[in-house]
Amino acid sequence: MNTPDFSLPPREQGAGNRRTFVRVAAGGIGLCYAAALGYPVYRYLESPVEKARTLEAVNEVTLPEARALPPGAALMFKFGSRPAMVIHHPDDQWVALIAVCTHLGCTVQYQGDKDRIYCACHGGVYNPRTGGNVSGPPPKPLERLEVKLSDNAVVVSRPPRTA
Amino acid sequence: MKQFYHSIYSWVDERLGLGEMIALAKHKTVPWHAQSFWYYWGGLSLLFFLVQAFTGVLLLVYYRPGPEAYESVRQITYDTNFGWLIRSLHSWGANLMVAAVGIHMFSVFFMKAYRNPREFGWWSGLGLMGLAMVFGFSGYLLPMDELAFFATKVGLDIPSQFPVLGPKIAALVRGGLEVNEYTVQRFFALHVVVLPALFLPLLGFHLFLVQKHGNAVPPSEELKPAAERRSIPFFPNFMMKDLAVWLIAINLLALVAALFPWELGPQADPLKPAPLGIHPEWYFMSQFQVLKVLGDWIPGTAGEFVGMGLFTVALIAWLLVPLYDTATAGGRRARNATYFGLLFLLAIIVTTIWGYLAL
Repeated sequence: MNTPDFSLPPREQGAGNRRTFVRVAAGGIGLCYAAALGYPVYRYLESPVEKARTLEAVNEVTLPEARALPPGAALMFKFGSRPAMVIHHPDDQWVALIAVCTHLGCTVQYQGDKDRIYCACHGGVYNPRTGGNVSGPPPKPLERLEVKLSDNAVVVSRPPRTA
Repeated sequence: MKQFYHSIYSWVDERLGLGEMIALAKHKTVPWHAQSFWYYWGGLSLLFFLVQAFTGVLLLVYYRPGPEAYESVRQITYDTNFGWLIRSLHSWGANLMVAAVGIHMFSVFFMKAYRNPREFGWWSGLGLMGLAMVFGFSGYLLPMDELAFFATKVGLDIPSQFPVLGPKIAALVRGGLEVNEYTVQRFFALHVVVLPALFLPLLGFHLFLVQKHGNAVPPSEELKPAAERRSIPFFPNFMMKDLAVWLIAINLLALVAALFPWELGPQADPLKPAPLGIHPEWYFMSQFQVLKVLGDWIPGTAGEFVGMGLFTVALIAWLLVPLYDTATAGGRRARNATYFGLLFLLAIIVTTIWGYLAL
């Protein structure tokens, strides 16, 4: 009668493979646990970022209080989550820009007496009509927004995307 | 590459003595016998404490104490990604931690692990359990929902029954004559700063003692001749078993926290009457029921007096057990302490069940 062979396979054949398999499996399960733990924690901490991104998606802001802005003055407002400014020039031209300096992100200010937009952080100067970078460190012009006037409000919107 | 790791290891080893620690861990053994199952419960208590610390810090990211407390917990539960899960893990973790600590305490008691030289282990452990219960009581108020409000109100009304000092202490803890936003603010300070600052060093002391004296063996093992006692190495054998138990516990916690999310009741309103059937957390149920029953038997504040007196006497007897149960295995006095422990456990179980039936 034949007895089945219950002896262990020779070490050099089976044991190494089994050991590798257990290591890889344990490592894989460990990674699954790390992901199952890490993902909710990441999403939990990221929640306010997600909300800010939703706000960011805004395309138009209506500013009733800007309608009464005297010539030569500017009004700061929030466009999405970023600061923006609408300038009422003395010649009745209206300009709106994202008020974030293109150098290192400080909030810029309108200086009507000097007819310029100035960044106090590193002395960047922008053209208050076009947003173009005039002098100092800024590498790019300020982002322009579109302005429409209605009877009782100033409506600022994101310009249509140009290719 | 191997050479590189080796040089880093020996640089660190030279300065921290890693080799000595590994040698120490290799020599450490854990007694292995029929009651070894109970050795896991201290580790489990530690695991749940770590879960509480981790989820607690996460809740701290969004929780705002004071008048906005309820609104911020509402936002965590309903408006924040996975906020319900983090909060549920913290609430369930708290309950499981108290349960694990309770089982750990009674197993230490019945295995007589408090005897010489482990008296300080017993006392530091009881201190940790007391702190854990204050953690539970203070954390329960933080969401400021209806249940939290009334549980805290009742909890603080008990000490205020005592003449002269009682009302003063209660008012000081409450930060007013009623539970209000100041109560939340100071419970918050207690829960996240004062209690951890007391708990962590005491926990360090407790763990140091476990390391110093090793696991205690129950009297039944002590009676055996040395040759018949078995033990296993701590590293890696017992540590792997311990980690496996931790894994089971984490899975269980994740399961209950996800399947039975902790609820948030309606906002606390001091003008609304207490909801019917209001009761404290299960780990205060026993004391709650004893006070209720004594209040029926002995009308007036005298009932509470008798109750608090009873608790104090029982607690002191419990605390001092290493001093009067000094006999070695099997002795008559040792058995008396066991009977006391059984009576205590039975009283807690019976009054807890009675409390739930009487709701």
